[in-house]
Amino acid sequence: MLVGTVGLLRLPDVYNRLHATTKCDTLGAGLVLLSLAVQSTASVAVRLALIIIFIIVTNPTAAHVIARAAYNTGIKPELGRRNTSD
Amino acid sequence: MDLKQILDISYELGAVLVMLLIFLSLVRALKGPTAPDRVTAISIIGTKTVVIITLIAWIYDQKYFLDIAMVYALMSFITTVGVAKYLEKGAID
Repeated sequence: MLVGTVGLLRLPDVYNRLHATTKCDTLGAGLVLLSLAVQSTASVAVRLALIIIFIIVTNPTAAHVIARAAYNTGIKPELGRRNTSD
Repeated sequence: MDLKQILDISYELGAVLVMLLIFLSLVRALKGPTAPDRVTAISIIGTKTVVIITLIAWIYDQKYFLDIAMVYALMSFITTVGVAKYLEKGAID
C-alpha cells in the first residue's frame, strides 16, 4: 500500500496512477484482512472473508470504470519516453 | 511483555501507518490536475478506510465494527461508480 501511494503521488498520468494504485491497494488490504482472519473465530473469519471477496471484486471494477470515463472524456494517455527533465 | 500486548501495539502501528497513507493520497485528491485523478484518490482512500475500521475493531475488541466496514466498502464502490458515470455522461441515469 505504501508503494501504491508513492505511485499515486509520483506517476505522470491518470492511467499510470490507476495502474499503480489499484493492484497494490487491493492486495494490501486483502492481506491485512487475511492476517486478521487467520487468528479469529469462525464467524468473524466468515465476515472478513466476505469483505476480502467484495474488495477483490469491486476494486478493479471501479478502476475500469474510472479509466473508461477518463478515456471517453478526452484525456489522452502519455505515449513515448518520459521527459527526463521532470 | 506478552503476546497480546505486542499484537495490540502492532494493530495501532498499522492503523497509524494506513492513516499516514490516507493523508498522502489526500494530497493527490487536492492537487490532481484532472477529475479522474481525484476520483482515483477518493476510491483508494475508501479502501484504506475499510482497513482502518477493521483494525479499530481489533484494537477496541468490538467485532461488530466489521459490519460497518462492509457497508463502508459497499458505499465507497457505489460512490466511485456513480461519480465516474457522472464524469462520462454528464448525468447519472
